[in-house]
Amino acid sequence: MRIALFTTCLVDAVFPQAAQATVRLLERLGHTIEVPAGQACCGQMHVNSGFQAQAVPIVRNHVRTFAPVLEGEWDAIVGPSGSCVGAARHQQAMVARRGGDEKLAGLADAVAARTYELSQLLVDVLGLTDVGAWFPHAVTYHPTCHSMRMLRVGDRPTRLLRAVADLELRDLPEADSCCGFGGTFALKNSETSGAMVTDKARNIVSTGAPFVTAGDWSCLMNISGALDRQNTGVRALHLAEILASTRDDPWDPDPGLGGAARVGARTGAR
Amino acid sequence: MSTHLGMPTVRPMPAHAPDEPLRWGQPFPAAAHDTLRDTQLRANLRTATRTIRDKRLAVTAELPDWEDLRDAGAGIKASAMAALPELLEQLEVSVQARGGQVHWARDAAEANRIVTGIVQATGAREVVKVKSMVTQEIGLNEHLAAAGIQATETDLAELIVQLAGDMPSHILVPAIHRNREQIREIFDARMGDAPDGLTSDPAALAAAARAHLRARFLRAEVAVSGANFAIAQTGTIGVVESEGNGRMCLTLPRTLITVMGIEKVLPRFEDLEVFLQLLPRSSTGERMNPYTSTWTGVTPGDGPQEFHLVLLDNGRTRALADEIGRTALHCIRCSACLNVCPVYERTGGHAYGSVYPGPIGAILTPQLLGVGETGVLDPHDPAASLPFASSLCGACYDACPVKIDIPTALVHLRDRVQHPPGRRARPTVWSVALGFVALSMRSRRTFRWAGRIVTVLSWVLPRRVRRLPFPGSLWTASRDLPPLPRQTFRDWWSAR
Repeated sequence: MRIALFTTCLVDAVFPQAAQATVRLLERLGHTIEVPAGQACCGQMHVNSGFQAQAVPIVRNHVRTFAPVLEGEWDAIVGPSGSCVGAARHQQAMVARRGGDEKLAGLADAVAARTYELSQLLVDVLGLTDVGAWFPHAVTYHPTCHSMRMLRVGDRPTRLLRAVADLELRDLPEADSCCGFGGTFALKNSETSGAMVTDKARNIVSTGAPFVTAGDWSCLMNISGALDRQNTGVRALHLAEILASTRDDPWDPDPGLGGAARVGARTGAR
Repeated sequence: MSTHLGMPTVRPMPAHAPDEPLRWGQPFPAAAHDTLRDTQLRANLRTATRTIRDKRLAVTAELPDWEDLRDAGAGIKASAMAALPELLEQLEVSVQARGGQVHWARDAAEANRIVTGIVQATGAREVVKVKSMVTQEIGLNEHLAAAGIQATETDLAELIVQLAGDMPSHILVPAIHRNREQIREIFDARMGDAPDGLTSDPAALAAAARAHLRARFLRAEVAVSGANFAIAQTGTIGVVESEGNGRMCLTLPRTLITVMGIEKVLPRFEDLEVFLQLLPRSSTGERMNPYTSTWTGVTPGDGPQEFHLVLLDNGRTRALADEIGRTALHCIRCSACLNVCPVYERTGGHAYGSVYPGPIGAILTPQLLGVGETGVLDPHDPAASLPFASSLCGACYDACPVKIDIPTALVHLRDRVQHPPGRRARPTVWSVALGFVALSMRSRRTFRWAGRIVTVLSWVLPRRVRRLPFPGSLWTASRDLPPLPRQTFRDWWSAR
């Protein structure tokens, strides 16, 4: 399959390891990955902050960049983020319509119908649960709200994780509770958000797993920020990073990060 | 017998009685700053919301047609709202045909005047009340008190709130912010006929309230209620409750006054089939609530001989004009969204500064006050902060028995707050920052450079960033910054 990668802005600029892992994983599975150069952002941050008019050009750029999927340029589009794929599926057309651009709205819906969150692409489109990964650690999984409630990915991520060789999946208490990120909510309602992520971190630590994973680095950024602040030693990593890891090409704890990376890189193998 | 020393320490929550039941206190973040520190409140809420959450899940899971019921509820509400003027006129005719009187109130002041006038005409100086959100919304008790009429709340939790001088903090369990020791203190200090040596045993507290209320039920000549439903076709009004206090109020006094928001009207009697399944399971997590009272006008020789229905607008027509926001009017006040909300669970209801707290309050309160199509609410009004009081996690939408898409309404209202129709928005730190970010996110060229700024920071920042100046401090208050990459993904990809 020819698959276009919808990198998402946060992953592109702050967590490139998730996109690199998605590329490694899908190439290993025999697919051709392309990264459309025109992409920037899906517009979610502006929409959720109350700036829908400002989001229209962002949405237009996204939809135009990925529109060639409709002419067969790619077979599918994949994004390693539940909330960004959720924004493409459930927000972009609404924003375009509100901005008076019906044509863009129709195009946005058509492109979104070909856009998949990573676990959906793997399970539904490629028909896989065992991707041949190896990750010899205990891991707990946070489902993330938009993956769970907007995209309804259900148990696809945990089915993928259970098939990973030598991985021990530990149940996360109160897993379906929001981590408190919510984009600009984390800043505008900083204290409430802090109370939420503190509880999430406590539940993660209670599993005793040295790793927490999710399908979205935006939630993980919040969660790992709290885990690091509390010196818990628990490391956050994206589902793609686990699925890309094999015996021959194992997960790299320091994927080319800056000075601060050493903080997170302390967790070795069991 | 236990001994309790010292002066009574009942302090109202919030500390000062609000002037406006829909808008009091500070903007949400500042109000939450205070309530988040109340560890007792957070412990109460955590236990209570979790218990009721599990009960609700159990009784909704056992119905094979639960999702169909939700669809039916949503459909009936949407069609009722589409025909609201006709249904209300039909309701008026039906009620009058059965001997009831109908009054129309544009706002809280008008409704209060009408109710006070009816009570004064009976000569009564005292009324008993069934728990009702709408009379909280208009501040009826305070208005009656000013006219020398004593209103007594007869729902146990509502009585606690009234005696303490509190505002309700939950739609269904308004005293959820009080624990039983506090309730004992409130009864001891404020309930004149509380027995000596009252303990905080729940059964003892309930018995004390029961004795206190029984005397009032028996002597009351006027009762005031809200309405869960009103059937346009028949003129039937319905109230569902758990304690039987409502049944006493609705049957014993000679005069009954029902105040209802205009959105409570349903077209047909059969519609109750849907809502009487949806409401108890969603609100208390019961298959059926203990008491369901319905009445139609006046029945000679049986029950109240004078019935008044007050139809209240108070911003509802304004909300109805908003294509997306109007779904807030579908709410049946079950409070399931409060019980599943991770924000409500931590801040409690008082942080919302309105009698309607939680996710539904965050979309209903601002619209009743004027955020919406007509945009009369000032963007700096405390109530304008409510649509932002959500992480958009969507748990409320999943729990709502009439499928109100609260996250979409929140996002819509955020835009209305930032861009009030027909008014120029003042620039804020957010609009300037997001405007700048938007510029970088509309093309590959600008975004490539925005990403490179991040990688430059990875060389500049220390190995661990735990504290940043404002506004970065909003992040670092409880979180470290993530380790930043040396290279953006797109630069890595180009170089590959």
